[in-house]
Amino acid sequence: MQLARVAGTVVATRKDPGLHGLKLLVLQPLAPDGAAAGASLVGVDSIGAGVGETVFIVRGREASFPFLPRQVPTDAAVVASVDSWFVDDTAPES
Amino acid sequence: MLLARIIGTVVATQKDERLVSSKLLVVQPLDAHRAARGGQLVAVDTVDAGFGETVLIVSGSSARLAGQLQETPVDAAIVGIVDTVELTEH
Amino acid sequence: MRLGRVTGNVVATHKNEKLTGAKLLLVELLDAAGVPDGRSLLAVDAAQAGVGDKVLVVIEGRAAGAALRRRAAPVDVAVVGVVDTVDTGADPPLAP
Repeated sequence: MQLARVAGTVVATRKDPGLHGLKLLVLQPLAPDGAAAGASLVGVDSIGAGVGETVFIVRGREASFPFLPRQVPTDAAVVASVDSWFVDDTAPES
Repeated sequence: MLLARIIGTVVATQKDERLVSSKLLVVQPLDAHRAARGGQLVAVDTVDAGFGETVLIVSGSSARLAGQLQETPVDAAIVGIVDTVELTEH
Repeated sequence: MRLGRVTGNVVATHKNEKLTGAKLLLVELLDAAGVPDGRSLLAVDAAQAGVGDKVLVVIEGRAAGAALRRRAAPVDVAVVGVVDTVDTGADPPLAP
């Protein structure tokens, strides 16, 4: 699971029937300090997230689980909207 | 899922029989600005995509949730043809 | 899937029972132009591939297990096809 920012939306008319009716979002993974970390990806929205929101995403087969019993062919999904997070700078580096 | 552009086709006569009717395409993953990023993949086409189109690819075991790929040895599938990508910069 | 080239055979007599009878190949990964990208992987063969063949490689556990037709086999890479041709035609520019 990862923090990410919703950077945009994707429109795809012709797609796998398993994706019909679902919102596709461009996601930019974030580091704990809020900076962009790694390549952007496209995920399926399961919570009604909007552009600019900070969210948490799940990747892999588990990304299809929010839509069960539908079999949604996705490897990334937005599963929560993040209100805030706190990083303890005083904790020892691991 | 990743955005990707179709850059080629693959013909393989001798293959696992569960792949016999599958169309195999070479795709170049793209970033959100449609610039090439990362290594090229071969993906099974489930949406009748064509050369040069921008598509959505699913990788890993989730790829087998697409189309009729349930029991096939596949780790990447094309599941959508991208019409537009709208980005909001912050 | 990735494109690859079979660079060698691997013989391993003593292996997990789920791998009994599986043919093991050494495969280098290629880009669409056929240029090796520097990675070499060990793969189980599900396509009767031989040394020198250009092949299709799945790199994911369940897909590789499906190729071998064994559930819960300890494999994560499999050769699933032998490539006849790769056509990149009039390669469209990758920038928009």
